[in-house]
Amino acid sequence: MSEIATNEPARRRGPGAAGVFRAALKRDLLLAFRSRSDLVNPLIFFLMVATLFPLGVSPEPGFLAQLAPGLVWVAALLATLLSMDSLFRADYEDGTLEQALLSPQPLILIVLARVLAHWIMTGLPLTLMAPLLGVMLFLPAEGMGGLMLSLLLGTPTLSLIGAIGAALTVGLRKGGVLISLLVLPLYIPVLIFGSGAVQAAVTGLPLAGYLALLGAMLALGVVLAPLAIGAALRISVSG
Amino acid sequence: MAKNKTDKNWMPRWFYQLASPRWCYDITGKLLPAFGVLALVLLLGGTVWALLFAPADYQQGNSFRIIYIHVPSAILAQSCYIMMAIAGAIGLIWKMKVADMVAKSCAPLGASLALLALATGAIWGKPTWGSWWVWDARLTSMLILLFLYLGVMALHSAIENDTTAAQSTAVLSLVGLVNIPIIKYSVEWWNTLHQPATFKLTEKPAMPPEMWLPLLVMVVGFYCFFAVSLMLRLRNEILRRERRSSWVQALAESR
Repeated sequence: MSEIATNEPARRRGPGAAGVFRAALKRDLLLAFRSRSDLVNPLIFFLMVATLFPLGVSPEPGFLAQLAPGLVWVAALLATLLSMDSLFRADYEDGTLEQALLSPQPLILIVLARVLAHWIMTGLPLTLMAPLLGVMLFLPAEGMGGLMLSLLLGTPTLSLIGAIGAALTVGLRKGGVLISLLVLPLYIPVLIFGSGAVQAAVTGLPLAGYLALLGAMLALGVVLAPLAIGAALRISVSG
Repeated sequence: MAKNKTDKNWMPRWFYQLASPRWCYDITGKLLPAFGVLALVLLLGGTVWALLFAPADYQQGNSFRIIYIHVPSAILAQSCYIMMAIAGAIGLIWKMKVADMVAKSCAPLGASLALLALATGAIWGKPTWGSWWVWDARLTSMLILLFLYLGVMALHSAIENDTTAAQSTAVLSLVGLVNIPIIKYSVEWWNTLHQPATFKLTEKPAMPPEMWLPLLVMVVGFYCFFAVSLMLRLRNEILRRERRSSWVQALAESR
């Protein structure tokens, strides 16, 4: 009797919100590091897309420099999209996702940790690699700072929005193409302000407005997207 | 009992009954002829008024008359998305089957209206702007709206289970609803940055009444037409999903 009484509060306490978040993040990062090819593939894709444009359009430096802000951003967007399909798939197939849904811990935290891990594995490397693409496409040196800052603020939003699409299509066999249909229209504002920031940096205009808008979209995404991702996961798993 | 009755008095009885597929089928069956006649009269009258009696624009001549199709379809394409998202939310929260069916019926209608708005915009653009397509803010955001509709339809057709499909598309259309204002403003801002607004349509208040009155008639007529086609689609959907229930089988046998 006394044992039960002492057990009860201990079970109710459990790990705190920060503990849950940290544990989920650690697990997701560890899993991602164990399968390194998934980590490298979007980066190779990013590089290849940037290689295609000089080959397909024109290798002329002045022309490429004009296109570079948009090209790097479109390539980053497509690379993020490519990595989205597998976001919840492994967890869905081995049943981990179901356990996460059943667990008493808030789903929002687990989802947010998953998206953060995904961003650390794709968005952050893409941001760090962007100057290389900038050099390949003759982006003026003044634009580099704007490029990296805008990608740093924009790619987490891309991960958050993409995760909604991934959650909606996780139970479907033909998820790959479908997810791009669902997510690409929602990516447009990020693309507009992201490439706008780079263009402003190239021409020497102030960046703060663009970065503030990208930050506002990120804040909105952090608050609202986990709700949608959680709801979508519940529907996909139970359906 | 009496208290219950007074509690619910503020909402008419038929409104509750709309939640049941069978009652909804009956009620829409009664509303259908009225809306059909209204749509026919308004659209015919509005078209004749717009094409024959409204004055020609002093700059664009007669080519501006496409506005009487372009503007109503553009307005309706946007309100149809809102309706789809709200119906989806009702279905998601209260698990109401009819709301799911309304949301499903809205998507193809909205997509075709967005397509109509884009097509008439392109046809109008050729004589006025000299090209079929201009990356104008309104055209671009209508194109993105069409993409959103197509995404919703693609997701719905990819999921086999009707209930799961309805819930998933409801989440997607709600996400889209949050995004629509952001997309609209970002596209408008992008547009003003990239190209100055050289082509400004005649502002609405600047139109004389003999021009905007037929437009108003056409807008109301389009809404009635939309109601008719939505009800027809909804009734088909009800029959398809309830095909195993006894009342549908009785209905099929009596025909």
